Amino acid sequence: MKKELMTPLTAKDIEALRIGDIVYLSGTLVTGRDDVLRRVLHEHMECPVDFSKAAIFHGGPIIRTNVDGTFECVAIGPTSSIRMENDQADFIKVTGLKIIIGKGGMGEKTAAGCKKYKCIHCVYPGGCAVKAADMVERVEGVEWPELGMPEALWIFRVRQFGPLIVSIDTQGNNLFTENLARYQSQKEKCEAPIIASVKEYQKI
Amino acid sequence: MQKEEAEKKLQETMEKFMKLVSIRLPDDVLEKLKECRDKESSDMQKVIYDSYFENLDVAIKEQRPCCQDTGLLHFYLKAGSEFPYLGVVEEALRKATRNATRDIPLRQNTVNFFEERNTKDNTGERIPWIHWDIVPDDDHLEVCTYYAGGGCCLPGCAKVFTPFDGYGAIVKYVFDAVAGLGVNACPPLIVGVGLGTNVENAAVLSKIAYLRPLGTHHPNPKGAKMERDLCDGLNRLGIGAQGLPGKVAAMEVHIESSARHTATIAVGVNVACYAHRRGFITFDRDLKATIRGYRGAEL
Ligand code: SF4
Repeated sequence: MKKELMTPLTAKDIEALRIGDIVYLSGTLVTGRDDVLRRVLHEHMECPVDFSKAAIFHGGPIIRTNVDGTFECVAIGPTSSIRMENDQADFIKVTGLKIIIGKGGMGEKTAAGCKKYKCIHCVYPGGCAVKAADMVERVEGVEWPELGMPEALWIFRVRQFGPLIVSIDTQGNNLFTENLARYQSQKEKCEAPIIASVKEYQKI
Repeated sequence: MQKEEAEKKLQETMEKFMKLVSIRLPDDVLEKLKECRDKESSDMQKVIYDSYFENLDVAIKEQRPCCQDTGLLHFYLKAGSEFPYLGVVEEALRKATRNATRDIPLRQNTVNFFEERNTKDNTGERIPWIHWDIVPDDDHLEVCTYYAGGGCCLPGCAKVFTPFDGYGAIVKYVFDAVAGLGVNACPPLIVGVGLGTNVENAAVLSKIAYLRPLGTHHPNPKGAKMERDLCDGLNRLGIGAQGLPGKVAAMEVHIESSARHTATIAVGVNVACYAHRRGFITFDRDLKATIRGYRGAEL
């Protein structure tokens, strides 16, 4: 059975989830990335969206504006979450955010923030943008459109949006740092035979 | 054909081609991706590959760009010196980019330095990026179209080593790029390695390397062996699709090289994500277009 989360989320809803779990999300999903975090945290602008009741999505959509002025989500996919690493924990603190969706992992600062303020980070497979758009039931609006299409706050109603792989849980476990450490530890062993085989390449 | 007419024809054909490339992966990439899927065994990898293929299917069905990050447009040209419309190519590609952005639509990704505002039509200073190679005594124009997304541009790097560092430095540099930021660039990757004499020539070659059709090799047997060895080695790191644990980090590694200064070994690394939106189209002197690598597709 698909494990489904529904916004608004409480700490209780996400507490039992662990890294590696796969979930699906229904409810309100709002895009917010570099510029949104910068405005809220560094320019101290009031955030027009209540992120305690919505999921944040690190990504920018392709939106078509219909003749009647309504919006249609043509494609939506995640961007690398790591770019938000510096600000994400503070953003959780300030907004009461409970779930972050993005691509790739985030760092220790965000993991600490997730643990302290009870939030999770999940990855949606990058590049699967049409499939994702099909899970958007409606575009409910846009805030801060002056930031441009990829950076604006697009407000979506989504249904069973996923698969979402939990990559940071509320205990601060971090799937990607664990993986990265494992990859790094393999590196030397994998490089060594190749380095040995090219040793003679400069000889004539 | 008058210049205006030629420009229009080129532009219109390119718009159609750019649409195809944004939606559908070329046959060689799709085949390779299926091979990669078959090598993976974990549930998590299966869920990810299922998402990849389901998404690629609906993209074709709904005629929408398969990835939301349609990037910035890069055009790598092989232009025959006798191709009669060299003078209109750049303008035609700019206009095609503008129209494709509006009509497909593509995401508006382009920002000029210092102005820092989105240009909203994916043209800007020197963008679309156009790279010219002139082919003597030929009257065709080959355009390689590439959508360069942000995530797969980030791991790109170039560095100049000394002969003392040797070929081993190349190996380490490639591993660092892939096992570092490459993990976030939507693996399985096509890894382009440029070997040259200074940073920009190595960097340009790394780009040309990953644009090469899959299944092609470096012309020197040692180069070809190094491509294979690097690919096998990277695939032992334990990295799978989306940078999560798995078996296939790289679909292929391609090396392109130029001669070097005796005192330098320059390396460029550029990675392309699994959504490798790269397409070749060739125009003859009457601007009749032939596309390759998309079975059954017509413009
Ligand atoms: S790395 Fe490629 S597939 Fe992934 S989001 Fe970026 S452009 Fe799309």
